[in-house]
Amino acid sequence: MLLEYLAIALLLVVSTLVGLIAIGLGELFGPKIKSKVKDEPYESGMPVIGAGTRRMPVRFYLIAVLFILFDIEVVFFLPWAVAFRQLGLFGMFEMVVFIVILLVGYAYAWKKGALEWE
Amino acid sequence: MDWALLLEWFLKSLVLIFGLLGGFAYTTYYERRWIARLQVRVGPNRVGPLGLLQPIADAAKLIFKEELTPAKVYKTVFFLSPLLTMVPSLVIAAVIPLGTSFTLGGRTIHMYLANINVGALYLMSVASIAVYGIVLAGWSSNNKYAMLGGLRSTAQMISYELTLGLMFVAAILLGNSMSMVDIVEGQRDMWFGAIQPVGFVLFFIATLAEVNRSPFDMPEAEQELTAGYHTEYSGMKFALFFMAEYQKMIVVSMIGATLFLGGYRELWFLKDTFLSVDRAWFLGPFYLVAKVFLLLGLMIWIRAAWPRIRYDRLMSLGWKVLVPLSLAVIFLTAAGILIESSWFILISSLLAAAVAVAFIQRALRRKAYEFA
Repeated sequence: MLLEYLAIALLLVVSTLVGLIAIGLGELFGPKIKSKVKDEPYESGMPVIGAGTRRMPVRFYLIAVLFILFDIEVVFFLPWAVAFRQLGLFGMFEMVVFIVILLVGYAYAWKKGALEWE
Repeated sequence: MDWALLLEWFLKSLVLIFGLLGGFAYTTYYERRWIARLQVRVGPNRVGPLGLLQPIADAAKLIFKEELTPAKVYKTVFFLSPLLTMVPSLVIAAVIPLGTSFTLGGRTIHMYLANINVGALYLMSVASIAVYGIVLAGWSSNNKYAMLGGLRSTAQMISYELTLGLMFVAAILLGNSMSMVDIVEGQRDMWFGAIQPVGFVLFFIATLAEVNRSPFDMPEAEQELTAGYHTEYSGMKFALFFMAEYQKMIVVSMIGATLFLGGYRELWFLKDTFLSVDRAWFLGPFYLVAKVFLLLGLMIWIRAAWPRIRYDRLMSLGWKVLVPLSLAVIFLTAAGILIESSWFILISSLLAAAVAVAFIQRALRRKAYEFA
């Protein structure tokens, strides 16, 4: 079984090589003519104002934190799903309790406006 | 070390990679031709017969393009993020079975690279890596459009990843295994998409958002963000992003077909006829390719038919409708397995979906009333 991961590692190496070769081909055959304007960031032809990376809206962080919370819940579902037929009714009740706890947190996030995007 | 095994892996890797690269090239052709048809145009038809050499001409053009690297980018990350986006889109295909097995010179050759017992988990984790490539591309470009595109794309992808992951759980519940081969073989008597069509539709919606396809192509909303996260990329580095996008389309279609549409297996009611992959192993890849072709066609059709969804509605749909609906679908699937009735799963999930649609309609009507 562990041997199969070696096959995936081989695929990883080969596909990285394909990517590097693609970039290399571009470097090899593309023209390279430097100029000051080409060095500037592209802003639809307007003169560049300020830095490129600035502060971002806090909503994105909120979404990311919510995602981490809920994605871990999804990971908890996976072993349960595989073992479900052995667990039977017990597994069902366990998961109902789990989903209810999850939904309480979800309702709280909704009520607090974490899911709003206005 | 078994050298024949190593050689087999190497050849399979090459088949996968070049299959996906070729698939990528001809998916662009397929998309352009079919979108043209849907818009009553002809599409590319000049390069070669029926324009079939068009993708090759495009690739050659991109190789000979000048590659710009603006002065203020974060060089290492800027260089690595196209690779970080493209490589997972190839590697993810490792666990997807393309067919059963055949014998060649006394060796049994299985038509998958690896049959790991946590196949579904592998798919989910590799799919998540692609998010890094996109957010790092946006950040390292030192460009406002790229930054916004990368952020939007990340928020959208992680929001819909929840639905995607939960639908994996639905398929695992039905297949009783995380191995992709077991999931496909579990669909011998009935496709999971026929037992749980709501699950398949949710999975399909989530994959559209995952691969940034229309109507969820916010990261590339060209009217607002020029080109989104790859604004500063040109030449082959841009080509890698482009490749990644189309390869991801192909791969998620393959995953969707594997989880819900029987993968390499025939239609379930044909399982005892001569069209079954049990009788004719070479039909497996054809069935899978046919399903991928249909799903890609559906994605392109959606792009031609629907306008882009508004960003706040995108997030509302993901968090307020799809997440609870997915939880309900999993709950109903588990309950249906417990009482051993696939009709219960089918009907109750359709009812849950109807409630969700009614909820969306009510929300939209209330909004329209507020604005009036």
